[in-house]
Amino acid sequence: MARYRRTRSVALGDRVFHAALWICAASIPLLLLAIVLELAVTAWPAITRFGWGFLVSTAWDPVTDTYGALPMIVGTAVSSLLALLIAVPLALGVAIFLTEFAPLWMREPIARLVELLAAIPSVVYGLWGIFVLIPLLREYAVPLLQRAFGWTPLFAGTFYGNSMLAAGIILAIMILPYISAVAREVLLAVPNDQREAALAMGATRWEAVWTAVLPYGKAGLMGAVVLGLGRALGETMAVTMVIGNRHEIGLSLLQPGYTMAAAIANEFAEAVTELHLAALFEIGLILFAITVAVNAAARLLVWRVARASAAGSRAL
Amino acid sequence: MSGTVRLAAPAGSPEVRQAESGKGAIEIQGFDFWYGRNHVLHDITASVPPRAITAFIGPSGCGKSTLLRSINRMNDLVPDARHTGDIEVFGRSVYAPGTDLVELRRRVGMVFQRPNPFPKSIFDNVAYGPRINGLCPANELPARVEKALRQAALWEEVRDRLHQPGTSLSGGQQQRLCIARALANDPEILLLDEPCSALDPIATQRIEELLVELKEQYTIVIVTHNLQQAARIADYTAFLYLGTLIEFAPSHDLFTRPRDPRTEAYITGRFG
Ligand SMILES: Nc1ncnc2c1ncn2[C@@H]1O[C@H](COP(=O)(O)OP(=O)(O)OP(=O)(O)O)[C@@H](O)[C@H]1O
Ligand SMILES: [Mg+2]
Repeated sequence: MARYRRTRSVALGDRVFHAALWICAASIPLLLLAIVLELAVTAWPAITRFGWGFLVSTAWDPVTDTYGALPMIVGTAVSSLLALLIAVPLALGVAIFLTEFAPLWMREPIARLVELLAAIPSVVYGLWGIFVLIPLLREYAVPLLQRAFGWTPLFAGTFYGNSMLAAGIILAIMILPYISAVAREVLLAVPNDQREAALAMGATRWEAVWTAVLPYGKAGLMGAVVLGLGRALGETMAVTMVIGNRHEIGLSLLQPGYTMAAAIANEFAEAVTELHLAALFEIGLILFAITVAVNAAARLLVWRVARASAAGSRAL
Repeated sequence: MSGTVRLAAPAGSPEVRQAESGKGAIEIQGFDFWYGRNHVLHDITASVPPRAITAFIGPSGCGKSTLLRSINRMNDLVPDARHTGDIEVFGRSVYAPGTDLVELRRRVGMVFQRPNPFPKSIFDNVAYGPRINGLCPANELPARVEKALRQAALWEEVRDRLHQPGTSLSGGQQQRLCIARALANDPEILLLDEPCSALDPIATQRIEELLVELKEQYTIVIVTHNLQQAARIADYTAFLYLGTLIEFAPSHDLFTRPRDPRTEAYITGRFG
């Protein structure tokens, strides 16, 4: 086997390269761990002081130094779900149209255009929300909504502009390109023979989509939605600008609210006491845990589909 | 039917006489087909007789699948595909404007070259057609599914696992599942693109027996690379070569007295 012996310099270079790659690869989980540790250490005073009560308390009073995260947790959940409610049908509609029905020449350009929405900076969305969306809501949408649904607690009360509704709509527009881009990749990965099987049985184009294409891509489409949820949960700037930033849990979507991300961004500079800072860090820790879990779930769902087809791997 | 080679439908049989007198179930008239710039079918004219088995044979890439898929307009899905000429099914042009594709494809069932079951249960695969076409009330579905699976010689193997995914079956089982799915739709014409290429000899023989049985009521067109199979079960055989229909004749004649030297070369294994 002498012929295969490597020279020492090659072996050394090999080993250095190998080690460098290992360090790069290992640094990602280490960085993650470091972030978690840093968050946990700084949050520790709040964690020991309030315990689990932090998650269910609605008090937020820097004067008496008592803190509870429930309004932010609820606000994050409500604004994100509202965003999904609006964005998912639209995004799936766009993806289905672009893969199944649109004339070939317009598929790519429109897909790129939709993806361009994702490139707009968050703060620009916020400005647009303040100067375009909220006036539109006040003038047209809210009066209509109140006339139709004013009797439900969801649309009760006076609309001052900054509100859960405005935040949900802004978030919906922001996550739409992500959901539709991934959903489109998932649908593109559905093998053509599935469409042919349905059509050859006498299905219409729509029936083929409903009964064959969508069920085939179900897991991947759910992944797309969860990915959108992950983005909505963590979105900060635009939401902070339109949600009203009030530590309250209101049933009405017309009332202001708060999200975890917005609270951190807003109050960080003003946090004077150690406990206030710790409470904000604990919120960061909670948000981090939730988004990691949601994103992991999304990857898992998309990956399960992508495994079946090479084209689908681009969806990741 | 025994496994030995038998030549079906000698000249002068009822099917042959019917074809010579009347119109075919499928009339292909001066049909040309292009994929983009690739001219793959050249001026095909043929009359596929009703209630008989017609085989398309020819070397790989000669256009058999393309011709078959033109009959139920599956090639509509292919971008840049175009055609001239016409195909009539039961006397009606399938390419005429206003053709009801749903109705056409329900009456003209197709089994594809590669098995393509849905990732649904075996039951739901077979029930797919009856459900979307509303062919029978829900309580009759199980009987219909069982009948189709029996016809496709799959029932015994799957009767205890109807609710497992169709994609969990072996390749040959998947192909029979696709045959069952097509049969459950009650088609009048059945187009089969190499349905036996993934099957073992026993399953192949079962499918052949099924097709021979079905031709009492159905018009069957089968693409096959297996010349023995064409000779065994097909009443008529069409030989395609480089996109041209070289010869179309009762199988007995085509396999014993080919008129064209290219047909003779192909069936004696000198090319293709
Ligand atoms: N979707 C398509 N797009 C472009 N060209 C195609 C397409 N399908 C088939 N062709 C081409 O058309 C020609 C005929 O193909 P076809 O599939 O009809 O052949 P075939 O006789 O069925 O062959 P095989 O016996 O290998 O299945 C081939 O040259 C093939 O490359
Ligand atoms: Mg073929």
